[in-house]
Order: sequence, then structure tokens, then C-alpha cells
Amino acid sequence: MLYWDQEKECMPREILLDLQLRRLKEAVYRVYTFVPAYRAKFDAAGIKPDDINTLEDLKQLPFTTKQDLRDNYPFSLFAVPMSEVVRIHSSSGTTGKPTVVGYTRKDLDIWSELMARALTSASGTKRSVIQNAYGYGLFTGGLGVHYGAERIGASVIPSSGGNTKRQIMLMQDFGTTHLTCTPSYALFMAEVMGEMGIKPSDLKLQAGIFGAEPWSENMRREIENKLGIKAFDIYGLSEIIGPGVAIECTAKQGLHIAEDHFLAEIIDPITEEVLPDGALGELVITAMTKEALPLIRYRTRDLTTLNREQCECGRTHVRMEKVLGRSDDMVIIRGVNVFPSMVESVLLNIPGVEPHYLLIVERIGNLDELEVQVEVSEVIFSDEIRKLESLGRRITKELESALGVAVKVRLVEPKTIARSEGKAKRVFDNRNI
Amino acid sequence: MAKQISVFLENKSGRLAHVTRVLGDAGINIRALSIADTSDFGILRLIVNDPVKAYKILKEAGFTVSETEVIAVRMPDSPGGLASVLDQMSEENLNIEYLYAFLGMTGNDALVVFKVEDFQKAKVAFETKQIKFLDEQELYQL
Repeated sequence: MLYWDQEKECMPREILLDLQLRRLKEAVYRVYTFVPAYRAKFDAAGIKPDDINTLEDLKQLPFTTKQDLRDNYPFSLFAVPMSEVVRIHSSSGTTGKPTVVGYTRKDLDIWSELMARALTSASGTKRSVIQNAYGYGLFTGGLGVHYGAERIGASVIPSSGGNTKRQIMLMQDFGTTHLTCTPSYALFMAEVMGEMGIKPSDLKLQAGIFGAEPWSENMRREIENKLGIKAFDIYGLSEIIGPGVAIECTAKQGLHIAEDHFLAEIIDPITEEVLPDGALGELVITAMTKEALPLIRYRTRDLTTLNREQCECGRTHVRMEKVLGRSDDMVIIRGVNVFPSMVESVLLNIPGVEPHYLLIVERIGNLDELEVQVEVSEVIFSDEIRKLESLGRRITKELESALGVAVKVRLVEPKTIARSEGKAKRVFDNRNI
Repeated sequence: MAKQISVFLENKSGRLAHVTRVLGDAGINIRALSIADTSDFGILRLIVNDPVKAYKILKEAGFTVSETEVIAVRMPDSPGGLASVLDQMSEENLNIEYLYAFLGMTGNDALVVFKVEDFQKAKVAFETKQIKFLDEQELYQL
């Protein structure tokens, strides 16, 4: 099956734009009427709902940030009474107060529809056996994928994250065809499979739908080769709805954003100016149809580009490029922006180098130093110092030319970099600034 | 001809102790060893009584390990013994990657482990020059 909902996914642009304008106006009216924090923001900016008459007028509206969610912890941004809220999800809150999101029954229905579109786009059907290894619980990944997978009628294995050997046993015994988890966990599973002596040909796995963290094209190749599958990128964030905001199609030329529900813009993260299509910047999303938590111009912190050209798959919705990184994960070293995904890309281009790496930033004296730790696999190991040193120099040279900053490469023993069953932590910034 | 086990070690305290403990617990006897090091990491090279088993258990313990072909050369344990072997190797244009001495001795002879650039060439040259080297079984049973 090509599409889950052809009418909406392939809607002619002019009809889609009409629909967006109508929905945007409704959303602005609702937040202004029902959410005091939004009314205050709009009033401060001198904007009334009636001022929004074209999609261009979106630019006049103030942004919403993660800080706004924290300031209104837990439920003050909700636009419906709690009696209408049927589900609550929340971030882990490791960097401060958690951000809380709510859903009405209709929100959950839309979310399941969007996930159904996403899974269908990534080759899922009612005949698929989908093993969902995203964590179940407060995190939106688990339940979001789960209900979408049920919606398309697939057989769902709600394995959640962790217990990797059991995951692999389930995969073997239940004939899993589709795996959903973070890309770093998929790679870890491949590694454990190797240790257990299980080959991709022993499994029925055909495809994986991976997201919740940025990953490079090279990482995709690595996962596809090691697991013998097609790997699709899925994008989402709990503040907007969870997984299913955008999904790759088989063309793999970007991720289609569900534009009948979400308005996407790219802005310069510093000047906050809206950038033209094709320019790299921060993705900003307006969740027009959300009832419980309709966010206006939410700053995702994810860096990407937009492409409105018609896709060969037939979908008309705008495509976002694979996320290059999060502006939070970005480290600025001597004025240069460095993303973990850039490091990953370089490493995976060097034969035998595994994508297990860490970026450690220290300030020594007044100078920032970037150390990249790389695990020495058996493939690149040599009993001769000069060969290992020349490998170290090659990695250093390639990283420095890709990143534009000085890098110190440290070769470390295998398995010393922590493996992740969820989102991988790639950066340790030890600078006290 | 002999198999050397090479192990990648980070330059951190306790790593060498860990490798030797793993080998000791498995009843592996180290016959010769050398460490080449840089500021960040080192390579431990070992001749042991059972290289197949040593490779397996070190790999299971999570180390990066490889097997390398080396030659254990027997030479008189007297002044000039090594020099004479090196002279002959030089005459045959054999390039040496590294070498290290064996812990024990055999009678009046000393043993030195050589890693050469071209293993086959060295074998032929040693035979023409009548340089004595130990076969695998002889070496492991020392």
C-alpha cells in the first residue's frame, strides 16, 4: 500500500493552503480565548486573532519555547478543561522542570492517524509484525507508535526499550518484520546479534522506523547493512504531538511533514528571522489542530531545511531534510558550530570505524579543546603502533577538515563508550563558562 | 614460526593488570611479552603457551585482540649473538617491524621474537642463512 490517506497526503497545494489558513485562524482564536498565557503574549505583541488573514501573517505571531511550557507547568497552556484531557505525557525533565503535554480524545485519534500514515509510508501494512522498542510510559515514542501500528492493523509487539537479548529472541520467535526504536539502539541490537551469532538472514526483519534523535546518512547505511533492512527516518516531538510529525517515504529524499495539521517554518535561531526554503535553520511548528495543547510557532531546536518541490512519491506535503542536529546538542568551539552528526558522518566514511563515539569539550586555559573518542574495533586494530597512529592521524585530519576546528582523537578500547537503549548521549561539555 | 597475541590497551591504570589476570585465571602462561606505547594507548604483544585459547578468552573479555605471525629466532647467548643475526638479515634486505627478547632460555641459546615486514621472504632467507628458528609447538612447550 502506497498511502494510508491518499486524499490528505496528496492533497493539491492550493486546497491544502486554504485548509491551513482556516485551521490556523481557528487555532489562533482558540489559544487567544482559552489560554491566558497566549492572550498575554499576543496582547504584548499588539496582535488580535482578526489580524491573521493570510498564511503570511503567521510571521507576526510570537514564538513559543520550551521555557513557556516550563513556566506554565504543568497544565496552564492547555486550551481545554482537564475533563476533556484523556492522556498526559511528559519529558524526563533532566534539564529542569519537565515539559507536560496533554491530549483530548480527538488529539489521540489524529495522532494515531498520523502514525498510521507514517508506518504505511515506511512499508508497514496489516500483515506486518511491528516490534515497538521505543520506551512505553511518559515518553511519547512507545504509545505513539503503538496506536498507529494498531490503526493499520499490524501485529504489534510492545517490547518497549531494554533487555536487548530478549528483544532479539522475540524478533526471531515472533517473526518481526518491522522494528521501531532509536537508531542508536538499532545499532546496539545489531552488535548484540553479532555476539549471539545471529545473522540478519535468520530474521524476517524488512524495515526499521527510527527516530527520536538525529542520525546521519552513513549511520543509515550502517544500520541497513548490519540488519539487512531498509531504514526510515521518523520525526516528532512530544510538544507538537509525538512521533509522526514527519516521515520519510520510499524516495528517502526528506521527511514529509503532515501539513494538514502542522505549519512548518525555518528561522535563523539567533535573529529569529524566517528563512527561505532550502536555507538551514531551526524548525518552527504550529500545531493547528491540537485541541488540548495547540502550540503557536513552537521552536523545536531541531536544525534542518525545507523543500516544497513535488516528491516522486506523489505526496504534496513539504519535506524537511534529515535533522542535522539539535541546537542544544550543538557545541560551539572557538566560534565554530559542531554537531555530533557531523562527527558520525566522518567516522562512518572510514572503513572499519564503528559509530560509537563521544565528543568531550574542555576548556584548558582560555582555549576550548574538542576530544573525539573513537573505539578501536578488531578491523582497524594493528599490532604496529605506526599503523594505529596513522589511523588516528587520518581520523583527525578528516574530522578537522569537515568540522573546521582542531580535534584531538583518542582511540579507546571497545565497549568503553556507553551503549544506549534510548537516546544516545554523544556530547560531554565540561567547560565551566 | 609462531603466533603472537596483540591486545589494544588504553593508557589507564589497571588495564595491564586486567589482561594478565584474565589470562592467569584461564591457566595461560605468558612466555614473552613487550609493550609498545604512545601517550594515549599501548599495544601489548604476547607469546603464550596456548594462543588459540588466549585469543578466545581475551575476545570474550571484551578486548580488541589480533593474531600476528612472528618468528622466534634462536641465537647463541654470548656477546655479538644478536648482532650476527641482524647482520645476516640486513644482507638479505629483511625489514624488521619490531623485536623483543624471550623471557626464558633454551640451554646456552637466547631467543628473540621478530616481526618482519615480509614473512615469506624471511622464512626463505633464514633457511639459506641457516638462522635457527623455533617451530610453533617447540615454542609453546618451552
